[in-house]
Amino acid sequence: MSRFQKILRGVVLFIGAVAFLFPFYYMIIGSLQTAPDPTIAGAFPNPSNITGENYTAINDRINLFQGLLNSGIFTGGVLLGTLVFGVLVGYALAVLQWRGRGVTFALALLVQVVPFQLLMVPLYVLIARDYGLSDNYLGMILPFAINSTAVIIFRQYFLQLPKELFEAARIDGAGEFAVLRRIALPLVRPALITVVLLTFIGPWNEFLWPFLITKEAGLQPLAVSLANYISNVAATAANPFGATLAGAAVLAGPVVILFIVFQRYFISTDIGSGVKG
Amino acid sequence: MTTLIENPPRPVGRTRRILGRNPLGLLFSAPYLIFVIAVFAYPLIYSVWISFHDFFFTAPGFEADRPFVGLTNYLTAFQDPAVIRSFGNVGIFLLINVPLTVVLSLLLASGLNRIVHFRTFLRVAYYVPYVTASVAVVAIWLFLFNGDGLVNAVLGPLAPDPSWLINSAWAMPTIAFFVTWKQLGFYILLYLAALQGIPKELYESASTDGAGPIRSFFSVTVPGVRPATVLVLLVSTVTGANLFTEPYLLTGGGGPDGASASPVLIMYQKGLQQGQPDVAAAIGVVLVVLVLVVALLQNRFAGGRD
Repeated sequence: MSRFQKILRGVVLFIGAVAFLFPFYYMIIGSLQTAPDPTIAGAFPNPSNITGENYTAINDRINLFQGLLNSGIFTGGVLLGTLVFGVLVGYALAVLQWRGRGVTFALALLVQVVPFQLLMVPLYVLIARDYGLSDNYLGMILPFAINSTAVIIFRQYFLQLPKELFEAARIDGAGEFAVLRRIALPLVRPALITVVLLTFIGPWNEFLWPFLITKEAGLQPLAVSLANYISNVAATAANPFGATLAGAAVLAGPVVILFIVFQRYFISTDIGSGVKG
Repeated sequence: MTTLIENPPRPVGRTRRILGRNPLGLLFSAPYLIFVIAVFAYPLIYSVWISFHDFFFTAPGFEADRPFVGLTNYLTAFQDPAVIRSFGNVGIFLLINVPLTVVLSLLLASGLNRIVHFRTFLRVAYYVPYVTASVAVVAIWLFLFNGDGLVNAVLGPLAPDPSWLINSAWAMPTIAFFVTWKQLGFYILLYLAALQGIPKELYESASTDGAGPIRSFFSVTVPGVRPATVLVLLVSTVTGANLFTEPYLLTGGGGPDGASASPVLIMYQKGLQQGQPDVAAAIGVVLVVLVLVVALLQNRFAGGRD
């Protein structure tokens, strides 16, 4: 490849990256404008048109703290379920020999392509009507409780550990649970971070399910209350765009920061194998 | 006496013969298996059952009579032009979104795979929309593609009238572009993983044979990432068929006049808002069957032997 072609490639990739980041930049700018300025000049910071009022305005309508707390509980529940039960099944799939292992692995792959739309109605009937878990954190968490991609990633990591390690510990008399907790788990710490990142973005960003299952505003995750604000209240607000973008910034902030800090754990090969098996 | 001596190890032997060398594996996997059965397997079967019965919502604990009605729910669903239209809409969506996704993510991934400087910055830039909540990025696009928004301000006289999201010809394509942009990072990630698997020697021998960068892209890269392409086709098709948040928020519930309504949006409206879960379930079953057919066709034509 010639020098010119290399430079051209770099330029194209940079232009693409700007196109991907620009909306986020615009979100920040827009959320700080006193009066919305949709002209081209409005895309540049203007000191005379800066305010923090949009953040207070959106907070008056949807209680950002409560929304963040609800999103946190929803996401925390899913993370807990995935880390505890996902590690157990990932270990069983990689290290232990038992009947049903192949079927379980196949299920973990299959589950990832089951479209949620087919499950929407029956899950709503079961969880909201039969179990009475609407407007309840448990009802929100249940369909996402164990992330199957995480299971596959755990399996992949446990498979890479040398078998002799486990044999030695067993000969020393350690029970299987102790082997998992004291030997296997500390060795797959990078997998834990990858899984936390990957699992986090699911429930934190999820809209459809918590939207179906929560009618009470005090229990809605931020994504749901912001969506309700966009579709119902925005028309009556003084600066709906400023307030909406402020809400969007609060919703996007935690994930984007978490992702940038830990981006080196968002490694292509791990996640690629998680989806492909 | 002999039985006493022989007996104790026997139960262990038998469990091992039935359950395998480490029966504990089943215990470790039990919570996950119960989860998959409760949240995926049972609801899947239940959904098909609902679609063939006269089903309505009842108070918890109340047993209602739910007679078998054959294909009635399917007929009710597909005699409604709004349902037919929503399937057409998702077809338009997939025709734009899927090819665009495959081409752009492969091109960007092969560029990112070779680049030396600013590697991390560039990758993070492309992943950020994927990791961010749809609701948050929808809010930004609403502002950008509004009638007097920035996009139209830049385009000036070239802007469509009525504007993007309220124009019945442009609403669905705009959603398709939005989803392509939003999800592209994930597919770039998949292609980057696949590109690691192509041996460097293949590129070297292609270049000794006199192949330029474009030639070696088509004769080494494209065949080398074929399994990933099959996966990208499958995942983007399934994601597209699941479309809900974007028509619900970006075009205010599938507007203008149903031009961007998706089948899942119609399922929500019919099933949960209008209390016809049986009709909604029928739409869901048809949608999934169609997705399966599309996926099989894709696999047939793009899959090769993988």
